[in-house]
Amino acid sequence: MVVPALVMFVVFGVVPLVGVLVLSFTQWDGLGAIRPAGVANWRVVLGDPGLPHAVGVTFAVMGLSWAVQTPVSLLIGTFLAGRQRYRGLLAVLYFVPLLLSSAAIAITYKALLDPNFGLGAGLKIGFLTQDWLGRGGLALGVVIFVVSWQFIPFHSLIYQGGVRQIPTSMYEAAAIDGAGRVRQFFSITVPQLKYTIITSSTLMAVGSLTFFDLIFVLTAGGPGDATRVLALDMYKRGFQANLMGPASVIAVLLVLLGLALALLLRRLGGSTTASQQEGA
Amino acid sequence: MRGLRRLNWLGGSAGWLWLIIVMVPLYWIVVTSFKDQTAYFAQNPFALPTEPTLANYQLVIQSDFPRYFVNSVIVTAGTIVPAVTIAFMAAYAIVRGAGSRFLAGANGLFLMGLAIPLQATIIPVYLLIIRMRLYDSLLAIILPSIAFAIPLSVLVLTNFIRDVPKELFESMRVDGATEWGMLRTLALPLTRPALVTVAIYNGLGVWNGFLLPLILTQSPTQRTLPLALWTFQGQYSVNVPAVLASVVLTTLPIVILYAVGRRQLLSGLTAGFSR
Repeated sequence: MVVPALVMFVVFGVVPLVGVLVLSFTQWDGLGAIRPAGVANWRVVLGDPGLPHAVGVTFAVMGLSWAVQTPVSLLIGTFLAGRQRYRGLLAVLYFVPLLLSSAAIAITYKALLDPNFGLGAGLKIGFLTQDWLGRGGLALGVVIFVVSWQFIPFHSLIYQGGVRQIPTSMYEAAAIDGAGRVRQFFSITVPQLKYTIITSSTLMAVGSLTFFDLIFVLTAGGPGDATRVLALDMYKRGFQANLMGPASVIAVLLVLLGLALALLLRRLGGSTTASQQEGA
Repeated sequence: MRGLRRLNWLGGSAGWLWLIIVMVPLYWIVVTSFKDQTAYFAQNPFALPTEPTLANYQLVIQSDFPRYFVNSVIVTAGTIVPAVTIAFMAAYAIVRGAGSRFLAGANGLFLMGLAIPLQATIIPVYLLIIRMRLYDSLLAIILPSIAFAIPLSVLVLTNFIRDVPKELFESMRVDGATEWGMLRTLALPLTRPALVTVAIYNGLGVWNGFLLPLILTQSPTQRTLPLALWTFQGQYSVNVPAVLASVVLTTLPIVILYAVGRRQLLSGLTAGFSR
């Protein structure tokens, strides 16, 4: 019974995974014949000053969006864990951004932030009429804001579920010992959520490697190369410049990065997948 | 007690503030989509339209969006039904066959798929699709989407099938039921909520998918909604109300589904991840 799933996953998951490594040693324009190229692609890509930049942007997006999303999601998740009715209603509304496609969100923010036709021009507020997507640092900030806007609801829900599993007796005991809410939050809620934090962080980190569509539509990597993350770099090299070999090198780096991150975060907290299985 | 009030205050204001941050752009999208271009430039952006118009929606619908909608439905249904079916079978086999090295290996392979950004394999997938002569067809999007949906589906479904008490399987086996029979009459009804959750979660991802259609199709007749949104925006970028109407139209079916199946989705998501 496992065979159909295994076949599909091997053909369109595992084979391409091996294939991308093979292709990184070949020369291919996406149409014609594929020729072996030795380590030429690797030499080109690793020697390209654009690579450290793209890696830097990728880590900046990952790190900054983690740093924004985690505290906010924790706070909102804890807040939502309360059983009051209105909080349930809030949760319904929070979830809406997650229903929109990244393309729709990117298009909306592009229109909203347009210096001539956007919200700032309409409201005549000077601060809002900046060329948000036309200046490097600002554009990166916008990407991080939009990512947070899109995904904080999801991570809040994960934390909400986590908080609800913490036994109330722990809070009662702490309250008897005279610990205030802030103290309870840092001495009970946060440590008890250790595995939830690791799960959520893993999803954020590995997910941030694939923020392709959002950035592609929002900034297309620009201005200049300011928001050119690795996934976009791969696309541009492969499908715009028709250099599939170098693009495959970037893809291999992405896979390695994803694996390394997942392993690192797993080591940090023991095994999350094992705890997921046992927790069933 | 003072501490208590302080953190409630902080969490509460974060909650309400976030609600504003979420709702303001959404409100702006909907309101603007009913204005014509002159009203859009003349009016306060948050004001309700004085003369609401459906012209933007008309323009979107005339730009072939019904066809893209059908394409998206085909791709989503064509992915989710087989993906959930085979993931369910695999999860059942993995739980029932605990101890088999082959099944443990298969499970390990699926779990590995969770850690890898599968989008990074897009170039070989592209090559594979060309070689299978499927390029520029909806099937080209469907097949890799099924594969990409398997890891998480198997993980969530194995968790739920494990919850089915072993004694139930035993007593059915004594009564002469086959594994297929038990899969249908025992595991299927008991894991239905999980199946719905997995279907919704993956369906959302496929419905909103952008990279696979972008790379694996090219002609307008094979376009799915997110890609159509992007090209529409490229054509009418100055006509902000029309662009926003296209955003509303492509999101509306999902919002309606969400309104209907929200409880299922929210509780399922937290059950799948918060462990």
